[in-house]
Amino acid sequence: MNLTQQFRDITRSVTHGPGVFSKLPKSARWSLVGMLIIAFYFMPYWPNVPVLGWIVNTPGTSFENVLTDQIMVFVLMALGLNVVVGFAGLLDLGYVGFYAVGAYTTAILTSQHASWPWLAALPVSVLAAMAAGVILGTPTLRLRGDYLAIVTLGFGEIIRITANNTNWLGGPRGINNIKHPPNIGPLKFTVLDAKPYWYLGFTIILLVLFVLHRLEHSRVGRAWSAVREDEDAAELMGVDTFKFKLWAFAIGAAVGGLAGSLYATKVAFINPDGFLLQLSILFLAAVVLGGTGNMYGAIVGGFLVAWVPERFRNFDTRRYFVFGCILVLVMVFRPQGIIPRRGSAAGPAPVEGDAQ
Amino acid sequence: MSNWLIYRTFWDLTVSGLVLGLIYALVALGYTMVYGVLRLINFAHSEVFMVGTFGVLVSLTKVFGIPLFEGGQYPFRTGFVLVGILLASLLIGMFVSGVGAIAIERIAYRPLRGAGDVYGAVALAFITGLILSFIFSSDIGLNLIIAAVVAGPLSILYLRIFKRGRQAPRLAFLISAIGVSMALAEAVAIWGPDERVVYQTPRILEKKVLFTFFGAHVRIDYVIVAVGAVLMMTSLLLFVNRTRLGRGIRAVAQDAETSRILGVNVDLVILVTFLLGGAMAGGAAMMFTLVYDQTRFNIGFLLGVKSFTAAVLGGIGNIRGALLGGVVLGLAENYGSAVFGGQWKDVIAFIVLLVVLMFRPTGILGESLAKARV
Repeated sequence: MNLTQQFRDITRSVTHGPGVFSKLPKSARWSLVGMLIIAFYFMPYWPNVPVLGWIVNTPGTSFENVLTDQIMVFVLMALGLNVVVGFAGLLDLGYVGFYAVGAYTTAILTSQHASWPWLAALPVSVLAAMAAGVILGTPTLRLRGDYLAIVTLGFGEIIRITANNTNWLGGPRGINNIKHPPNIGPLKFTVLDAKPYWYLGFTIILLVLFVLHRLEHSRVGRAWSAVREDEDAAELMGVDTFKFKLWAFAIGAAVGGLAGSLYATKVAFINPDGFLLQLSILFLAAVVLGGTGNMYGAIVGGFLVAWVPERFRNFDTRRYFVFGCILVLVMVFRPQGIIPRRGSAAGPAPVEGDAQ
Repeated sequence: MSNWLIYRTFWDLTVSGLVLGLIYALVALGYTMVYGVLRLINFAHSEVFMVGTFGVLVSLTKVFGIPLFEGGQYPFRTGFVLVGILLASLLIGMFVSGVGAIAIERIAYRPLRGAGDVYGAVALAFITGLILSFIFSSDIGLNLIIAAVVAGPLSILYLRIFKRGRQAPRLAFLISAIGVSMALAEAVAIWGPDERVVYQTPRILEKKVLFTFFGAHVRIDYVIVAVGAVLMMTSLLLFVNRTRLGRGIRAVAQDAETSRILGVNVDLVILVTFLLGGAMAGGAAMMFTLVYDQTRFNIGFLLGVKSFTAAVLGGIGNIRGALLGGVVLGLAENYGSAVFGGQWKDVIAFIVLLVVLMFRPTGILGESLAKARV
């Protein structure tokens, strides 16, 4: 095997799923994964590493805060939205609504109308977002494709405007003094230090990843892909499409609520301007950019959508122009996303086929 | 807040709601036609509208040299000059938006359909060059030079990639549309004369009350909007239903692949669809500036969302549905904000949509660009 062939194999294993990676012995694979996880736990320190630091640093803002306020949120949201869009094939343009429900539930329970600890508010927030998903999904999931898109978009806006116009929810001024998580040993959750939030957030990301991975390869996941590839056929084969679509919606919403709660406790202050419609669109961009239906793609996409505008802050006002152009360019030259889904009808041919 | 208020102003609300609704409807036509032909939510259509308003603004102030209105004398009180200026600004708005829509199609959608051509390749190469040049310099002149230099060889590479001609998944179109929309709005915000401000547009005619209708004041600009919008929509319907190209549009809407086999020039049909949709948005843009006297770089976003809502409400892909949806939405918003307060306007619009879709899942008139009959 010559050098170019080897190089192609490595890039393929990154972009087309396991190539070289799957050929490694099991122990090597696990230690590699473990090392990666540890490296990601140390992400707040990445700007101090020589070459890596120059790449990831965010001029003008603290990388730690970008990591927790933007990247953590976007990665979680992309993972959640990927369940709805990528697994079940439902177009949701109002995903920010669930994020808002999660954040507002936490804010109300820990500051505005009660003083629960954050750990108690977290499950309630997740459940509230899930309930919102079911409430929105029940009447609308019978609609087809793009009708669903506009209805969900409307839902996101309704949530934001309601929060803006209701004094009970803090109105346009928002809610402050949201409680931080309890201190765990040496980890002190304060406004000053963002690192503990990353350790917490990354742990949650790993948990979500694990749960979603199990779901994807379960009966539910297979039902989702059946619905996504051909809803009528799935229905005919006896899949209760409505039930599984509702499940996708509820699980996606739960992850969204989780991200909202985490965000609220980190920044300690939320107002309706933090839940604009544009955010939903960015979340969707993250999922598709990374590779619809691929969770690792969603993570990469979420990271890029959050990080690129911060990294190129010295582009000043032009950074969103640049970002828009990059979206177009990526879609034109890599329409399946950066890490495409494996083995789908529309995806690339399986790697095994051309491995000779 | 009270019933009394609604009673007092009911007809006023009706008139202004109709005007708003007609503007929604004109923009909605672009969404509906593109959706009918490509099954794509053309997110960038809102920016087509925005570009149109700026086309009108620039042509009025720079080409015709009309100053901003600051009270006192109107530049043209009556007569042929006024009508000429109005018509000219309408045509310019339609032209700018139409060209904008075609450009978007070339750059952001056509390569994704696997039919990318040399124009798209050059434009994309130029954009790539521009982004790269930002790393080295923030002087726009230098940026353009670097971009032009890079664009040459890069466009050849891009063209070779286009030759593969693979069809992208539908979501890729949507994200590409969002990217274009974002880039266009930001481009106007950055390189417009002043950054991110609300631009006043010149007020070219005195908004006299022509007549009252059940006590509602019907202003002259309202009449112009109503007449203009209805004329534009009628001619669009006639075009789609009576001409050869219109038949092509209906054929592609019904089944693109079969139409291609039967000899319809699908790429041409798509081009014409974007041109027509853009022109309608341009007309809406001119009318919008006429009534509201202002524009902004992000003016398209909310109006676009509303217009798309209108298109879905009436039945997406259905030209008459767009008209009906726009009018229903405009009226509902106006009545609703009178009853519940203006801050709930958007909520009302979406709730109307939700309720309608629950009972008629494909909109009031259903999807039927393909089956449109006179």
